[in-house]
Amino acid sequence: MLKHLYDTDCVTWSPQGKLFQVEYAMEAVKQGSICLGLKSNDFVVLCSLKRQPSELAGYQEKQFKIDDHMAIAIAGLTADARVLCKYMRTECLEYKYTYESHHPVGRLVFKVAEKSQHKTQSGAKRPYGVGLLVAGIDPNGVHLFETCPSGNYYEYKCQAIGSRSQAARTYFESWFHLFEKSTLEQLILHGLSALKKAIMEDEELNEKNVEVGILGKNQKFIHLNAQELKDYIVKLETFNANTQIQQE
Amino acid sequence: MYIPVNDMLKHFKQDAPAMANITHKSDQWSPYHDNSGTVLAVGIPGAVIVAGDTRLSNGYNILSRDATKLSQLTDKCVLATAGQYADFIALRKFLQQRLQLYEFQNEVQASTETVAHLLSRELYSRRFFPYYTFNLLAGLDENNHGVVYGYDAIGSYDQMTYGVQGSGQELVVAVLDNQLKGYNKINKTIPQTREEILDIILDCFSCAAERDIHTGDNVEILIITAAGTERIVKPLRKD
Repeated sequence: MLKHLYDTDCVTWSPQGKLFQVEYAMEAVKQGSICLGLKSNDFVVLCSLKRQPSELAGYQEKQFKIDDHMAIAIAGLTADARVLCKYMRTECLEYKYTYESHHPVGRLVFKVAEKSQHKTQSGAKRPYGVGLLVAGIDPNGVHLFETCPSGNYYEYKCQAIGSRSQAARTYFESWFHLFEKSTLEQLILHGLSALKKAIMEDEELNEKNVEVGILGKNQKFIHLNAQELKDYIVKLETFNANTQIQQE
Repeated sequence: MYIPVNDMLKHFKQDAPAMANITHKSDQWSPYHDNSGTVLAVGIPGAVIVAGDTRLSNGYNILSRDATKLSQLTDKCVLATAGQYADFIALRKFLQQRLQLYEFQNEVQASTETVAHLLSRELYSRRFFPYYTFNLLAGLDENNHGVVYGYDAIGSYDQMTYGVQGSGQELVVAVLDNQLKGYNKINKTIPQTREEILDIILDCFSCAAERDIHTGDNVEILIITAAGTERIVKPLRKD
């Protein structure tokens, strides 16, 4: 392939109309461990699989609170994610200081997208190597957005990004019609079921490598603690996606 | 008809040349307004009790009977402020934002001692155009014992077992000296229980409302313990 002729920097187009550097940045997102999000009328749930670099290391956190009404899950370069996280937090604090209310979610995602796009149109910069799932609640309702290194952003009912995320997306395609009316517990169990589809054969979900964050109209963003995670993973065994109830 | 003092003096200057150089500054605009009211805080082992009246005034006028002087900054500490209400709001906003940032950066809420120092630095940063605020910071220390920090307008602070600020300060602090420390008390019984101290606080506000025109309407009390925050509101004289 003659890719290597046109992929040195962001300011060079390929004859097919692609910016290869941006495409490579999106690859970095695909290499990150999976994180997914799904929403109902009242709640958004973020589930991620935490990676452990080695036996001796801790697990890499994938979800960060931006404000009481907003949180992100990341896939890709964690260092780049930290930069965006800090930016989002600062923007929310300033907005709250000036307007005494929560930053509208779509507006902040747009700001992040602007920032990301900026990095794709310069000879001296590189795109951010991280994709974000932004969960948020504002007067316009319950939101789940995805941002890309390219500077594009999309709103979703449910989405999965990262390694082997297609399996999770396939699960969502079958069951997302139920999510709107699901309870919080059902939503979490759907999220974990989707996560389970995306893990390797020899892996298993446990309270150490799974991270679940929930956000609701009357619920500030919180992570589930280890005990709650254990309970849900046990409930997962008997969860029937179709009926959304535990089977005996 | 209102005639500014300086205009009246023009007549003096013509009729009495010796008075020609007298100028009065009473028409000068001031950026400060004293919205008055009284706040107090008492620290006891295991809890801290903060109270403030809810009257907002300007001179002889009442602006509101229902304005809070208390602001909970973290799970463990509360800011109580007497003085200019606008400066209280501005100070509270700054602290809320700064403490949220602290929590993001340090993954834990700021301790009461940290907040106390932060408040002092913020007040001093305005040394040459001060916040017209007389603050008390009341909270639980690392051992969950009640502590009170008292401030002047430019940030000098010290830890105290109890403190009072505001227009009723002199009236109330003398009562607390007598009741909580047993100063000048013949029968030296110091209250031990939370209920006894709450009664004393309510009495103090009633006393202040009697004699201080700027204190009254309601008293709002927050009790901070490791278990959480409790809020009590009691009526006071409305005149």
